[in-house]
Amino acid sequence: MATVEFRVSERAHITVDSQVCRSCTTKECVYACPAGLFVPTTDGGILFNYEQCFECGTCYQVCNSEGAITWTYPDGGEGVVYRHG
Amino acid sequence: MPDQPTAVDAVVVGAGPAGSAAALELARAGRTVVLLERGPFPGAKNVYGGVVYGRVLDDVLPRWWDEVPVQRWVTRRATMLMTPAQALTVDFRAGAWGSPPYNGMTTYRADFDSWLAGKAVEAGARLVTSTVATGLLRDAAGRITGVRTDRPDGDIAAQVVIACDGVNSFLAKEAGLLPRTSPGHTTLGVKETLALPREVIDERFGLTGRHGLDIEMLGCTMGIPGGGFLYTSLDTVSVGVVVSLTGLAEAKRRPEELVAGLKAHPAIAPYLRGAELKEYSAHLIPEGGYRAIPKLAIDGMLVAGDAAAMCLVAGLWLEGVNFAIGAGLAAGRTAAEAIAAGDTSAHGLAGYRRRLTDCFVLADHKRLRNAADVMVSDRMLRQYPGFACDIAEQLFTVINPHPKPHLSRELLRAARRNKVRWHTLARDGWQAMRAFS
Repeated sequence: MATVEFRVSERAHITVDSQVCRSCTTKECVYACPAGLFVPTTDGGILFNYEQCFECGTCYQVCNSEGAITWTYPDGGEGVVYRHG
Repeated sequence: MPDQPTAVDAVVVGAGPAGSAAALELARAGRTVVLLERGPFPGAKNVYGGVVYGRVLDDVLPRWWDEVPVQRWVTRRATMLMTPAQALTVDFRAGAWGSPPYNGMTTYRADFDSWLAGKAVEAGARLVTSTVATGLLRDAAGRITGVRTDRPDGDIAAQVVIACDGVNSFLAKEAGLLPRTSPGHTTLGVKETLALPREVIDERFGLTGRHGLDIEMLGCTMGIPGGGFLYTSLDTVSVGVVVSLTGLAEAKRRPEELVAGLKAHPAIAPYLRGAELKEYSAHLIPEGGYRAIPKLAIDGMLVAGDAAAMCLVAGLWLEGVNFAIGAGLAAGRTAAEAIAAGDTSAHGLAGYRRRLTDCFVLADHKRLRNAADVMVSDRMLRQYPGFACDIAEQLFTVINPHPKPHLSRELLRAARRNKVRWHTLARDGWQAMRAFS
């Protein structure tokens, strides 16, 4: 991902409720996120980072447990900056 | 409490193709318009899959082709049916597409979107970048009266809000026009842009001057509903896949894996040899088609572009930017008229849908409303590419000293190998004819 510019925000624009994730058996976000931001933990939760997010929205779209992933846009001017998109 | 919010005639959220087109029309009609963009510049958040068709601009920006930031004019368009070790290509070239008024172009969205936003600014729109519209303002009756932004004291009051905030449109969702999620109607596009010297691209793809190539592919997504694409810019080649979100999640494949697989395909790898990765990008695409297009006008607000699910995905045609521009122009004109008439209620804005129905935006969507189902059916993805490739391979394989096989026997053999049933093939063919007629 070193090929894309990210203006990393102080505020995390993704939040994950690992309580909800523990009851999820499929964990679609782990596979579908094109940045590979979601990593399952041994206790069944989800570890994630928001810094290298492409801001596509795949994670909350595929998440089958409403409320597990909260996704908003990063603050104005921050986040991914595509030059060749 | 902040002071009185900034008040303008219209606020357009998102300086993509839809938003800039809307702002351009409003500004030309003499209206005060703020064009909000959450990225540091227009296009910073945007990704496309290969071709922008510019003729929608003919009347609005005459001779747009003299100044648009084009990479290459697409004069060669190929459709490739693939299996892991085979590829059958229909390769079309049109010389006419290489001179005005042209047909499709490749571009970088950072350049194209900034250019179009610049046209709106020249006409008098106020572009405000690095600003997120975080919510809608409403009056006591529930009518939309503006937007809240993430700037301090950043409320903007407006007679009309035009939501062009993209596929994830939080404004359309807040207004109740779009569901919170719609994974079944959404695809994910992932793309790598790779650098190669311009002469190498010209030689490898048989191109000269500013001419370019676009390839669309079926059968290259590991059985996940979707397809692949490759297109040339001046000194980069972009290659990627578009896949169903639900299919991707079920298959437990990573999107990068699909792109890597496509790049390694024997029909693609030689094109990319020695290329250096410049950018990896990902974006969602609203592919729901006509039936997924929401209500487009409510009291004080219009929706356009990806926010209104206006991408046309109909097998032979994959278009989005032109639909966004067409919708944005119509939204801007309608809003300007409604403001002048003093009625920006849903009723006063109803002309928007009529305009879209009268032009290609909703006419094409309506006519092709069944095409996506036919083109992304399981058979089209898993059986027919292999069937077609096997027929070609069997016909062109010389098996001397044996004589040439009989065509009919080879057809039967290819059908059996790919589990193609004749009556379903006939039915699919018939449905495809009807869907595209």
